[in-house]
Amino acid sequence: MHTRKHILVIGGGVAGMESAIHLCDMGYEVTLIEKQDQLGGHVLKWDFLFPDHRPAYEITNELCPAVEEKATIKLQTEVKNIVRQNGHFEVALSDGEKLTADALLVATGFDLFDAHKKEEYGYGIYDNVITAAELEERFQNKIPIRTAAGKKPARVGFVHCVGSRDEKVGNEYCSKVCCVTAVKQAMRVRESLPGCEVFCFYMDLRMFGRYFEDLYREAQEKWGVQFIRGRLSEAAEDIDQRIIVKLEDTLAGRPLRMAVDLLVLLTGFVPSEGTRRMATMLNLPLGNDRFIKPSDEHLRRNLTPVPGVFVTGASAGPRSISESISDARAAALEIAAWFNNSSQHAI
Amino acid sequence: MKIEGKRALWREYQKAIADDHYFYVRSCVRQTFFPGAEKAFIEIMKNRLGKDLYEEPIHTTCTGIAYHSDIVPLETTMTVVARQFALMTENGYENLAVSCVTSFGVYSEVLETWHHFPETEEKTREMLWKATRREFKKPANVAHASDILYKFRDQIAAQAVYPLINRHTGQPLRVVEHIGCHYAKMFPHKGVGGAEYPYVLVGMIESWGGEVVDYPERRHCCGFGFRQYLIQANRGYTFSNTKKKFDSMAPYKPDMIITNCPGCPMFLDRGQYAIAELEGITYGENGYGIPVFTFEEVAGLVLGFDPWDLGLQFHQVAVEPLLDKMGIPYDPAMKYAGSGGKFIGSPELPEVLKC
Repeated sequence: MHTRKHILVIGGGVAGMESAIHLCDMGYEVTLIEKQDQLGGHVLKWDFLFPDHRPAYEITNELCPAVEEKATIKLQTEVKNIVRQNGHFEVALSDGEKLTADALLVATGFDLFDAHKKEEYGYGIYDNVITAAELEERFQNKIPIRTAAGKKPARVGFVHCVGSRDEKVGNEYCSKVCCVTAVKQAMRVRESLPGCEVFCFYMDLRMFGRYFEDLYREAQEKWGVQFIRGRLSEAAEDIDQRIIVKLEDTLAGRPLRMAVDLLVLLTGFVPSEGTRRMATMLNLPLGNDRFIKPSDEHLRRNLTPVPGVFVTGASAGPRSISESISDARAAALEIAAWFNNSSQHAI
Repeated sequence: MKIEGKRALWREYQKAIADDHYFYVRSCVRQTFFPGAEKAFIEIMKNRLGKDLYEEPIHTTCTGIAYHSDIVPLETTMTVVARQFALMTENGYENLAVSCVTSFGVYSEVLETWHHFPETEEKTREMLWKATRREFKKPANVAHASDILYKFRDQIAAQAVYPLINRHTGQPLRVVEHIGCHYAKMFPHKGVGGAEYPYVLVGMIESWGGEVVDYPERRHCCGFGFRQYLIQANRGYTFSNTKKKFDSMAPYKPDMIITNCPGCPMFLDRGQYAIAELEGITYGENGYGIPVFTFEEVAGLVLGFDPWDLGLQFHQVAVEPLLDKMGIPYDPAMKYAGSGGKFIGSPELPEVLKC
């Protein structure tokens, strides 16, 4: 059995919490720091989850008390500086505290792509262009879906791949979860506004997960969501504040121009400010997507080339919640294996 | 519409525009289409703003129309552009002021190409030397003429005689701004305000008292599109695109249109005649069209230039309703008087579009 090693988990989203719980269960001393005033990360802002529509709070309701019971939690705290010294990490925190850790787990996650950067879609300029996160917030707060002028929308459009698979904004990767999120949200809009027409404008539908395809079929067959394959070229506002979208319907092989009352942008993942900062501070290699690159994409997905530094969750690329949770458990095991292998102990 | 959203974006797209000492390169076609525009620019720069602006009589086309029509290869375009730079260098200037939006795009594209592929610059220098025995320095600053009037828009506003205000209502004139495609769509950071919501003409309109109309097809091409109009069989596309823009802006009832491109005012102005004849539709008040201006013409009107000295009698759409709104005096009898007062002939009036 190992001596009681101390692990600093940086980031209190689902990946950080799940790893911390498992590390504690394995007998390690764990400190988890989170820059926000609450544990939970992005999941706190989601109302319900794909593919089974379960409430998102069920995830945080299970993870937050468990981690609070087992680990030392420091909220509104960030890493200011890290020095590797005598096989340990001397970490200076934003609250002035200094602590010593035997290993670091980077779980700083992702930020949502800033939709302002897709200037042609008019986010922040046109009143009726919103992001999927803002729509989810309305779901969560039971705010009826209305236009900026307070009218029931007769037509809602969802734009997939905003800031993903897009060379123009420098993000060539797929963010994985946006397709199914759009399907999930489109169904909810149809459910809450029965007369409303709902369109999804997509490049490809990447229904990679279990039951995702079922969701996609249900969206069409039960809810009448219309899927149009084509990437928006632009959005503009008309005199009635409707959003005029232009795209090429690549299945019909013709240009399409359509007015919607509300346009929802499915913004993708980008490395969070914290992930970028930790990568710089710890000299961690990045993939061409600018997320942290593990030592081996197949065999050691949580190990980094820097001894004693591990990565989990969306810090290492776009992931769903269930993937992040599996990955977090794998990270805990990876850390334990690393401690157990005394030949790798020297930092 | 959240204007703050646009202002935040505009802050991202600022460009350096030289203060003084410009080498001015004209457009091939503007003196035919809107003959007073470049003359007004020179007049404003030299005599109203007190700037040094030099025009070299032996400068040529930039090849823009031929280049975009695939008539000349890029190597030829680069060599011709290099010759313009050589003339600038020989005359002791380093700030290029470009009249034409397509030329501005060509100069920007050539400089970018040389930046990314330095061997093409070396090859161009060699070809220029062999052909003309000339050498050149690259410009320190490249600005479109609209960038320059944008830079000095507040100084023009300070001298304004007729701001963009409807004198009958006291309300700002409702102005559509139309930006030439080659201004910023190729290189958004080379245009004031970027490509999606350019600010260059908006800044002038705001400064001179007008109100900008944003309409759904604001970004759409005027219809020229080079391959559309230059190939006669494709001209239907030109007018269908022009009509699309007018149908889109019509509900906003704009008082006027300002452009910064040689082709756009041509097609938005003359296009209204073609649409009227083809479809029986007019877009202005009482059967008139919506007057279309170059930015230099608008600056000239604001500064109190005589409308006929600005060449506004060459417009297809009658400008008089707009002059009346702005309170600008004009002598109808002098509309078709030449420089010596001699009658130069008046055009036949169309049947549908009231002029």
